[in-house]
Amino acid sequence: MLYLVFLYAPVAVLPLFSFNDSQYVTFPLLGFTLKWYAQLADSQGLHSALINSLKVGVSVAVLSTVLGIFAAKAVTRYRMRRSGLLIGFIMVPLVIPEIILGISLLMTFSISEVKLSLVTVGIGHLMLCTPFSMLVLISRMEGFDQSYEEASQDLGENAWWTFWRVTFPIILPGVVASLLLTFTISFDEFVLAFFLAGTDSTLPLHIWGQLRFPDKLPSTLALGAIIVVLSTVVIFAAELIRRSGVQVGGKSKV
Amino acid sequence: MSDVIISIKNVVKTFGKVVAVSNANLDVVKGEFFSLLGPSGCGKTTLLRMLAGFELPTEGSIEIDGQDVTLVPPNHRPVNMVFQNYAIFPHLNVASNIAFGMRKSGLSKQELAQRIDQMLELIKLPGYGERGASELSGGQRQRVALARALIKQPKVLLLDEPLGALDKKLREQMQIELRLLQQHVGITFVFVTHDQEEALTLSDRIAVMDQGDIIEVSTPTLLYEQPKSQFVADFIGTMNFFDCTLTDYSDDVASGQCAELGEIRVKGQQPVVQPGETFALAIRPEKFSISFADPASSVNTVEGRMGPSAYLGDRSHFYIHIKGRDNPISVALQNLSGVLDQKYSTDKTVWLSWSDDAAVMIRAEK
Repeated sequence: MLYLVFLYAPVAVLPLFSFNDSQYVTFPLLGFTLKWYAQLADSQGLHSALINSLKVGVSVAVLSTVLGIFAAKAVTRYRMRRSGLLIGFIMVPLVIPEIILGISLLMTFSISEVKLSLVTVGIGHLMLCTPFSMLVLISRMEGFDQSYEEASQDLGENAWWTFWRVTFPIILPGVVASLLLTFTISFDEFVLAFFLAGTDSTLPLHIWGQLRFPDKLPSTLALGAIIVVLSTVVIFAAELIRRSGVQVGGKSKV
Repeated sequence: MSDVIISIKNVVKTFGKVVAVSNANLDVVKGEFFSLLGPSGCGKTTLLRMLAGFELPTEGSIEIDGQDVTLVPPNHRPVNMVFQNYAIFPHLNVASNIAFGMRKSGLSKQELAQRIDQMLELIKLPGYGERGASELSGGQRQRVALARALIKQPKVLLLDEPLGALDKKLREQMQIELRLLQQHVGITFVFVTHDQEEALTLSDRIAVMDQGDIIEVSTPTLLYEQPKSQFVADFIGTMNFFDCTLTDYSDDVASGQCAELGEIRVKGQQPVVQPGETFALAIRPEKFSISFADPASSVNTVEGRMGPSAYLGDRSHFYIHIKGRDNPISVALQNLSGVLDQKYSTDKTVWLSWSDDAAVMIRAEK
């Protein structure tokens, strides 16, 4: 219980002060206002940063989920030799500190003279998100009964149609969960974007920039509050979807 | 032979160093209910999967309806399969499951709906079209899997132990239904099972397999009554074996001398060995009769002592010890009277006898 307070109290401070009618983050609260939220709507920099983040987030979510489907299929279907080792390698980006990853990517890009842009951010995020996507999809596909695909083939469908008529619908909850999860990770990610964004700004970078101006702090709090609420909703939705849907096991209780 | 629908020629399948099927040769006749029977790991499922196209033979060829399909992928073969766990698509309802293979059939929506209704009628699940896959019981899943395969009107229906997951009562009921269904639709069935009783009940012919080899292909009656090898005799039902030597064969009667049984006589069988050579005499438990007085003749009879017995409801099993034999002889008697007979008490001296057409001469193994 205490842990939950510890966990969520700081997060609660954000929306609390975003409604406070004062420039300064101090008690006592002066009054209720929505003007900081109104101010957000007018900010030009915020809009372009938001659109940048959405672009990166959506592309990363789609790409990493597609990669995740391939990897999960390979790992669960063909029971590859040393697949444990392979999974280990795939998961390494999860444990490498982002700052290290950021620096090494930055070096790689500068050596190969790739101009920093949203694309480089996207590549960095892809490295970060794909392992999550694989984890979600592998757990969904574990126990996926190969005989479903064989049955489809047996009934006359080729591999392409088998995927779309059988495999994809069965793993759909995992796919949706993966999309939502990877989008959220990319959308919130700061460190890699900081290194790799060049002149384009993503939303977290924009927020970071705003913190230098004291008068912008309350509207940044408002923005933060919105992001927290939306992220939470998305993550919960992802988890709910992942757990729902048809059971994959196929071991019918007789 | 024009009525051969499946022709398996010299088919070998190896997985790495493991030989799953070694040199299988088999013809299946159009319209018959054919079973592949054997203990688990004998290669029967591998052989079936090669017929379906899920495994490619390492060597040899497979013809279905006169067409070489050895390398044809599963989706282009004129066969359909009922999987061991039925593989009912969990995201589709019963009607969509049955209609799954009909995407390219060219039927209109109405015609297809009609066909689905016919299939539901056939499997005795009318009105179940809208049910979800998870709402079905094991027996119902099995029927839906059958309908899903049969709607494609395959030349051969392959069944991979489809009754294995059902409880005994339901299994027996489904066996009868399956047999009736097969006779009704007239499609060739190739049925894989490890259950010898099931194979005997259902099949027109059975191929008994062991360790990748097809040991014997025959009708249920012949496999049970006149097995050609000790493996088949032992695998199907219970069998008592005795080491014997052939002494004479004349006028359709073979005489022999057995270490444990004394003099024996077998009528109506070609001996498998020459006089002077040894063979295995095989006698089913139910072929014996038990008497409490020494019979007049000493041929086809042996003295023994009652051992333990087991009451099985419709019949009882008795184990009878005879001199010079380690394991007791298994004898089965029908329980004709309603009360358990007290005369078959342990340690009583009895005489076992059997008629001269009850025993089978088999080439001794090893």
